[in-house]
Amino acid sequence: MREVMTGNYASAYGAKLARAEVIAAYPITPQTSIVEKLADFVTTGELKAQFIPVESEHSAMAACIAAETAGARTYTATSSHGLTLMHEVLIWASGARLPIVMTNVSRAMAPPWSVWVDHMDSIAQRDTGWLQFFCQSNQEVLDTIIMAYKVCESSGIMLPAMVIMDAFIQSHTSEPVDLPDQELVDSFLPPYSPDLKIEVGKPMGFGSLVKPDQYMEFRYKAMLGMKAARDRVLRVEREFKSIFGREHGGLLERYECDDADVVLVAAGSVAATAKDVVDSMRAKGHRVGLARIRSFRPFPHDEIRALAGKVEGMAVLDRSYTFGAAGAMFTEARASAYSVQKRPVMKNYIAGLGGRDITPRILERIFEDIQVVSRRGAEDEVEWVDVAGLQRRWR
Amino acid sequence: MTKSYEEIPLTPISDTPSTINLTGYWRVMRPVVDKSKCKKCTICWKFCPDGVIKLVDGEPVIDLQYCKGCGVCSFECPAKCIIMVKEGDL
Ligand code: SF4
Ligand code: SF4
Repeated sequence: MREVMTGNYASAYGAKLARAEVIAAYPITPQTSIVEKLADFVTTGELKAQFIPVESEHSAMAACIAAETAGARTYTATSSHGLTLMHEVLIWASGARLPIVMTNVSRAMAPPWSVWVDHMDSIAQRDTGWLQFFCQSNQEVLDTIIMAYKVCESSGIMLPAMVIMDAFIQSHTSEPVDLPDQELVDSFLPPYSPDLKIEVGKPMGFGSLVKPDQYMEFRYKAMLGMKAARDRVLRVEREFKSIFGREHGGLLERYECDDADVVLVAAGSVAATAKDVVDSMRAKGHRVGLARIRSFRPFPHDEIRALAGKVEGMAVLDRSYTFGAAGAMFTEARASAYSVQKRPVMKNYIAGLGGRDITPRILERIFEDIQVVSRRGAEDEVEWVDVAGLQRRWR
Repeated sequence: MTKSYEEIPLTPISDTPSTINLTGYWRVMRPVVDKSKCKKCTICWKFCPDGVIKLVDGEPVIDLQYCKGCGVCSFECPAKCIIMVKEGDL
């Protein structure tokens, strides 16, 4: 059934179709309507779940951890300062190997106070051991939530996942979304049944103290889980496609990359605009392409490496900045490309922070810039785009 | 003995209750109650951070298997009837 809905509602429907059994969440702009919609589903009995209103995001994640340890499929959603408040318990969730699925509506961090899109909140959770999927459309948000449970709950993975969408551009913008039949989702995603869980009358401690002689082996196992997730994401998406007829591009979605001289690497909703720009530039004879980072964790190293071996210029757009270094997507992409013999010229473009629009015109300028620097080399490896006081050429 | 990553579970799990850990072995000072002075006020029972004081007919009985000898009971007792004695001196 096709319906017109916001990214937030698509998120709530995703959790409902996945039959989340425990939902613990705290409202925060612009995530609030996800939680409201889920509360509605639970109140009307459309979704049989325990809804736990909590006093903070830290508690929301703690409640999910406890419920998941008891064998329940859990879901939560947050944004920005809510996500960063969770930081400590995010690491607990992955260390305890709990396949919790959470939506993060990516929003700028304050100050300056802002409620608009920016990926700093998500990128700041890069090392927590969570899988991180950046979505481009509302449909992808819904589908990715369902797929994320299937990826994460497999015994070889057992890690939590963050499904990320852009504040307002997705969370509050309506698009047609296909709601798959519940029976089909049930056949794709069986109930969660972990090998080990806490049971009444059988007390156990999870995440106990280990001494230095045993700590690394546990971290090594988590690394193996994250590594195995690469292949698992691809296999689950193939199965999803065979049932629902849709796919979203694996770890790195490639659009018009096959014969491209230069490509733009980006994540999130800006990729949709970039595809239009690729089309219009190709109509004028420019061989440009877009590579969309769909999975930031695990990072698509092999895919970026393969792409880097074929192109002359690679522009990496980051909607956040790692102070003292560069954009995180750029540093990772450049690391992936390092082992390529004939490396492309790579340049980082910092754009769209705090909800600043990344217009087709700006993307066109980025493509033109990378075309030039791919021949001449980049003067600055990192350039801030459309900052008042800097070059006027972006406007 | 360090176990191979293949032999361990995904996360460290213990199925034994923490009561197997007899924390009384940590003790350097032992609380000794002079019951003749005890006013049965229950303050020591309320304050013991380890919950190892039981009240029997209103008077404190300390479970020395777990008492860590922190001295909180002795400090709080208004009747000054709990004294801390060095373990070796007993
Ligand atoms: S010494 Fe400390 S642990 Fe022992 S009984 Fe007194 S208060 Fe409790
Ligand atoms: S605090 Fe002192 S007086 Fe009060 S019950 Fe304990 S031992 Fe007795």
